[in-house]
Amino acid sequence: MRVSQSTSSLADETPKPSKNRIAGTVYRGNEGMWSWVLHRITGIAIFFFLLVHVLDTAVVRVSPEVYNAVIGAYKNPIMGFGEIVLVGAVVFHALNGLRIIAVDMWPAATKIQRSLFWVVIALAVILVVGFSIRHIPNVLGAH
Amino acid sequence: MTIDNPNYAYPARSSNRKGPNLDKIGWVFMRASGVVLIVLIFGHLFYNLIWTEGGIQAITFGFVAGKWADPFWMWWDVIMLWLAFIHGSNGMRTVINDYVHKEGIRKVLIGAVVVAAAVLIILGTLITFTFDPCPAGADPELLPSFCATL
Ligand code: HEM
Ligand code: HEM
Repeated sequence: MRVSQSTSSLADETPKPSKNRIAGTVYRGNEGMWSWVLHRITGIAIFFFLLVHVLDTAVVRVSPEVYNAVIGAYKNPIMGFGEIVLVGAVVFHALNGLRIIAVDMWPAATKIQRSLFWVVIALAVILVVGFSIRHIPNVLGAH
Repeated sequence: MTIDNPNYAYPARSSNRKGPNLDKIGWVFMRASGVVLIVLIFGHLFYNLIWTEGGIQAITFGFVAGKWADPFWMWWDVIMLWLAFIHGSNGMRTVINDYVHKEGIRKVLIGAVVVAAAVLIILGTLITFTFDPCPAGADPELLPSFCATL
């Protein structure tokens, strides 16, 4: 995005130079970079999950028996753990996506983007713990 | 597309290029679809895994049939399907562009993403809108209760 001269005061606030020459923009080094790495990995993982998920859902057209058998594969404790990881990936990607949008839109958010990363992590942890409290008993409770 | 310093002095697009800026449309789409997807996906996970008694254990043919008997959930799922795949494939395109520099391989990979997304969008949409919650001859035990009264 092009930013006009008049709003370019941000340029003066690029993080202080560090030993690592690669650091120095919003996205390279430290929190900015980790949020980007995680955002990318979670986005790719969700994409591959979705490929499988639409196929497993499509099995409803085969027969009730076959659908129940296929979806049964999601109900053991190992998959239950996988579902917590998946929900964690979705929650992080979503909240961090909002952070990216905010950081791009409002200069005020850009200035605190580092703290915003930790806000995203904290909220994600809270949501995943809340989800697990409900999900784990469901996974372990036989049906 | 990850942008660099917002004040980057050298914009990615030369000013004399004509026509719609597809990369910019993609950039805006990633943000707009992202905001809508939060509502759709969080709603999906909340309804299926938290709100419904039994959560994951309660997901059966009867559960899906109960949802897809209602156009509300059909549209919810289909919009989620389209947005997630378009958003996800456009994101995958960015990732491939970042790492694959051999033109031939890059084209093949992006082609594979586009084909996979198109096939699954069409499949998922057809499945959802042509769904029959009470298939003839099926074991009534496995069907939603309202099938008995038909
Ligand atoms: C839940 C709501 C979601 C939100 C708020 C969201 C937000 C975003 C945003 C804002 C970007 C652009 C990042 C940038 O331009 O730097 C992005 C990238 C991406 N998203 Fe999402 N997204 C969501 C769901 C999904 C889903 C469901 C998938 C997979 C099907 C996905 C896959 C990706 C991928 C692969 C990228 C590219 C990552 C990269 O370039 O490093 N996202 N997301
Ligand atoms: C463990 C977590 C998940 C479970 C147990 C689950 C379960 C289901 C079930 C039972 C359906 C059938 C219809 C319905 O319930 O509305 C469905 C459909 C769907 N799910 Fe999920 N889901 C999960 C996660 C996700 C995630 C993370 C996404 C998005 C990236 C997603 C996207 C979809 C879509 C797009 C459909 C509609 C497919 C179609 O219309 O053909 N699901 N899911």
